[in-house]
Amino acid sequence: MNAHTRTLLTVICEAALEKKLLADLETLGAPGWTISDARGRGGRGVRSAGWDTEGNIRVEIICARDIAERLADHLQEQYYANFAMVCYLAQVEVLRPEKF
Amino acid sequence: MGLDPVVLFFIFGLCAGLLKSELKLPPALYETLSIVLLLAIGLHGGVELAEQASLQLLGQAALVLGLGMVLPVLAFAVLRALNFDRVNAAAVAAHYGSVSAGTFAVVVAFMLARGIEFESYMPLFVAILEIPAILVGILLAKGLARDTDWRELGREIFLGKSIMLLLGGLIIGAVAGKEAIKPLEPLYTSMFKPVLAFFLLEMGLIASGQLGALKQFGLRLLGFALLMPLLGALIGALLARLMGLSLGGTAVLATLAASASYIAVPAAMRLALPAANPSLSLTASLGITFPFNILIGIPLYLMLAEQLIAWGL
Repeated sequence: MNAHTRTLLTVICEAALEKKLLADLETLGAPGWTISDARGRGGRGVRSAGWDTEGNIRVEIICARDIAERLADHLQEQYYANFAMVCYLAQVEVLRPEKF
Repeated sequence: MGLDPVVLFFIFGLCAGLLKSELKLPPALYETLSIVLLLAIGLHGGVELAEQASLQLLGQAALVLGLGMVLPVLAFAVLRALNFDRVNAAAVAAHYGSVSAGTFAVVVAFMLARGIEFESYMPLFVAILEIPAILVGILLAKGLARDTDWRELGREIFLGKSIMLLLGGLIIGAVAGKEAIKPLEPLYTSMFKPVLAFFLLEMGLIASGQLGALKQFGLRLLGFALLMPLLGALIGALLARLMGLSLGGTAVLATLAASASYIAVPAAMRLALPAANPSLSLTASLGITFPFNILIGIPLYLMLAEQLIAWGL
């Protein structure tokens, strides 16, 4: 197997942010992403996703390290103060580096 | 006359939630029910609108638009007097200036059950009242600040889910007309109440979840969430008398003015005023005002309307 290292940026946040967030990802050059609905509990209490306003999403982006860092910085600056949001970086191995 | 069974469904949901029952409806069902309700309300209004469109209606619509701008300013003043900070007061005020389509559905069912006639183009007023409060709320919070992305916000407000469904229904109803719409009529006749009952069951569950947060905010919020609907209802009812609406129409407009949004406005406020605490608004509008209007408010507003008419207003 011929594996290459890339960075996985995972963002978990309020579903209300989805449109804004995706626009940011696009401008900052994320090559692609995967979104799923999420539930859980954190600093802002239980986020049950029982209905619209309590919905949460998890966005996963696999990209080069520098893009991931740029995205993370941007998110922290823009949204951390006022929104329920967590993001973290991890190293992952991918098979087709040209995709990411 | 006893409680309407749809209200009992709401109480059932409220109790089940407060008892921390396992009962939970799938989020997709809530979504589906609210879509069906909004479309049904819109369609019904559209059909009637096609038959009653007039210049007088245009004037009434303008007055209702004015109501939508006055209510949030009033709510803001009350909240500031209660010592809420500016941003939170503005966000909560926007919720109270706007309307709850769920409450509207209940007042419609209430009037039908009692055989009280009301102006059937009321859904148009629901659509009109949804929007201005959001804009007024943002202006109250930050004035004409440069950092508001009005284009994006405009899309969020005017193309939001509930307003789209209402307007879509209104237009389809108006274009199709009474005869052609016949096969769809069950949506707002026989099907309306069953759908409303399930919707209110889910609303009860959701409202019970919001009530838990009340401890955090205390009596000030409780006081506001009970006072504001009464104040709104009085203004709405007086305006309705000025517009020369019928008894039913007066009670319905009073209910609209008393109700607070919990769908369109929270979504818009989250993006436009992120610094405002969203659970403050939702606890007030969903945890207190919505149940209050459903259980006590609507019969009260009907009495208010009767009283005003008896006084010859």
